[in-house]
Amino acid sequence: MSEAKKPEPRVLPYVLAINEGIRTVLREQDDSFLAGEDVAAAGSVYGYCGGLLDEFGSRRVIDTPISEKGIMGLGVGASATGCRPIIDLMFMDFLGECMDEVANQMAKMRFMFGGKATLPVTVLTMGGAGGGMAAQHSQSLEAWLAHLPGMKVVMPSDAYDAKGMIIAAARDDNPVFVVLNKQSLAMSMEVPEESYEVPIGEAVVRKQGTDLTIVAFGRMVHEALDAAEQLKDVGLNVEVIDARSVQPFDTATVVASIKKTHRALIVHEAVKFGGIGGEISAQIQEEAFDYLDAPIMRVAAPFSPVPFSPALEKLYIPNAAGIVTKVKETLGL
Amino acid sequence: MAQAKKKTAAKKAAAKKTATRSTKKSVVKKSATKKVAAKSTKKSVVKKSAAKKVAAKSTKKSVVKKPAAKKVAAKARKAPRTVAKKGASNKGPSNATLKAMHLKMLRIRRFEERAGKLMEDGKVPGALHLYVGQEAVASGVMQHLSNEDWITSTHRGHGHLVAKGGEFKPMFAELFGRSTGYCNGKGGSMHISNMDLGMLGANGIVGGGPPIAMGAAFSNQFKGNKNVSIAFFGDGASNEGSVHEAANMAALYKLPCVFVCENNGYGEYTPQADHQAIVDVADRASGYGMPGVICDGMDVMAVYEAAGEAIERARSGGGPTLLECKTYRYYDHVGIRGMGLTYRTDEEVEAWKKKDAINSFEKRLIQLGVMSRKQLDALDAAIGEELEEAIQYASDSPYPTPDQLLEDVYYVKGA
Ligand SMILES: Cc1ncc(C[n+]2csc(CCOP(=O)(O)OP(=O)(O)O)c2C)c(N)n1
Ligand SMILES: [Mg+2]
Repeated sequence: MSEAKKPEPRVLPYVLAINEGIRTVLREQDDSFLAGEDVAAAGSVYGYCGGLLDEFGSRRVIDTPISEKGIMGLGVGASATGCRPIIDLMFMDFLGECMDEVANQMAKMRFMFGGKATLPVTVLTMGGAGGGMAAQHSQSLEAWLAHLPGMKVVMPSDAYDAKGMIIAAARDDNPVFVVLNKQSLAMSMEVPEESYEVPIGEAVVRKQGTDLTIVAFGRMVHEALDAAEQLKDVGLNVEVIDARSVQPFDTATVVASIKKTHRALIVHEAVKFGGIGGEISAQIQEEAFDYLDAPIMRVAAPFSPVPFSPALEKLYIPNAAGIVTKVKETLGL
Repeated sequence: MAQAKKKTAAKKAAAKKTATRSTKKSVVKKSATKKVAAKSTKKSVVKKSAAKKVAAKSTKKSVVKKPAAKKVAAKARKAPRTVAKKGASNKGPSNATLKAMHLKMLRIRRFEERAGKLMEDGKVPGALHLYVGQEAVASGVMQHLSNEDWITSTHRGHGHLVAKGGEFKPMFAELFGRSTGYCNGKGGSMHISNMDLGMLGANGIVGGGPPIAMGAAFSNQFKGNKNVSIAFFGDGASNEGSVHEAANMAALYKLPCVFVCENNGYGEYTPQADHQAIVDVADRASGYGMPGVICDGMDVMAVYEAAGEAIERARSGGGPTLLECKTYRYYDHVGIRGMGLTYRTDEEVEAWKKKDAINSFEKRLIQLGVMSRKQLDALDAAIGEELEEAIQYASDSPYPTPDQLLEDVYYVKGA
């Protein structure tokens, strides 16, 4: 996958931006390596590791057995002892196979060791429904990870952020999960060729507005922006914030927005109950209760496993139409 | 998607190991009428085998007949592991059994071919992992089971369900996501299941099945019935911790469980030589403390006999067995395309197709006078008609209704 050098501006799909992010890290950091199932010879099932084996060789781009516990343990052990691993967890759902390494080892080791261990490990994983992949290949489990003190979690919503967040994650000396989205792989935009970071822990206002603030995560940012367009037609001007980072969460940017709009709607693809939206809602109330003119609302998936049937999956995944409805409801329209 | 890659040392080693693998296979075939004894050096292993089970002495070549109930100490260096014999049983299966196994294989093959085609035509959402090439394994094992016996399947699960008695109509309906499907359209290919048939589900999680099969075997033992459970899993899955934990517990509790490893030489796009340092998954049996058996997974009779022995042992309280069936998937990991792939050669595919389980078994059926070519063709045609009817049924079936989304998340009394 050796892309010919083109003059700027250069447009890249999300999938190739991920590739470039990993490639940049492997070029910049001699102690880094990439390990995961089918990442080397096959270039990953999503194609985002294409060409990496060719460029970096089998010492640094490593096909592993189907052993998520082992793979994640590799990341913990190697990062604690001087390497900077990039671990690929093919589907976020497979967290179930390796949650001990993630939750009890990776996230806690530094603290438990009194600060004597440093774990600069980056985990790339793929979340999200929409492809008829059913209950075990479609989940959005970022709240599981964000609940772990010691863990950082980011959700790049577009190609630019995907590249920049992978680089930022790899430069961070903490464990960072980069939660990618499989429905976004073909989504293209301008992506600089040079190395750059998208800072972890900073939200960004994607669209300015005055009537209500939508805080969206991952691919839901695009649904929120669609909804914002539709709402223009009925004379509403909503602000859309891309949270980008789940842990740490950028409360300040959100609160500043709400002090302006006085209303908040949180959108994520994960199920509503126990989803990160509940936490954000609580933080807003703690910090900006007096500024609120309406209850904080949420749009999220219903409390069910992701259904296979396309008829149900369509209903399951939050979308722009649902956001429009909820915005109007919040505004009493 | 997959990139062309340079030949690395690992790749070359892989090719070498693959070669070893196919050689081994033919050895398995040739020594089919013999039981080859395994060796072991570890004293504790010897002790254990002595206390628990039969084992063999002597070198690989010698034939040791396993005494039915007697316990013989092992002096082998690899713990009890045998190569399954083929066609050595005196009381061969009846013609009805032969026909039933053939029917299972053919039904699986035609179902999968059709399903794959439908996926390519965009009629089936999601991912289909097809079983074409491996039919002998499901058919030979399932021939010994009733609906009371449990199986757990894999992401490549249609074949197991068809062999367990799955019907085409609700299967296609499930693949199409319709409410008339086995799982009301909520599970799809990767979660297709039927509890009434003793089928505890395909599984989207590699290595997800074996612990569940172990639990089902526990349930059978707990209730004191004679039912068994079978865990199907792949060579790739054999590297999951869940498989090791399930096998250890099954051996420890002497559960009526058979672990059937369908070694098709690849986990997704990674050849076996690149995902584990062993050639025979059955080697691990000694580490669990159960017999390990290898059989030719392209020969339904070999599978039938090896599985029969293991299942009989499980039913009669003799505990679990690890049965490794050497097999091959003709298609790609997902979908149909089988040839022109970067991770394996067309020659390799062709070589395996020459050993096709259905072709060779049909020849045998004709030779034995069990069925004529004409009867076989008629059967094939009838299956074809049944398939088209089922596809029509599935296409005409309704999708689940919105209220079904929140249904069955929990068991609700009286609902
Ligand atoms: C826990 C988990 N890890 C990874 C995957 C992705 N995956 C699906 S099938 C497969 C290969 C499985 O190989 P094997 O067990 O040999 O079965 P085969 O596909 O050859 O039938 C992989 C890696 C998964 N579904 N679940
Ligand atoms: Mg396999």
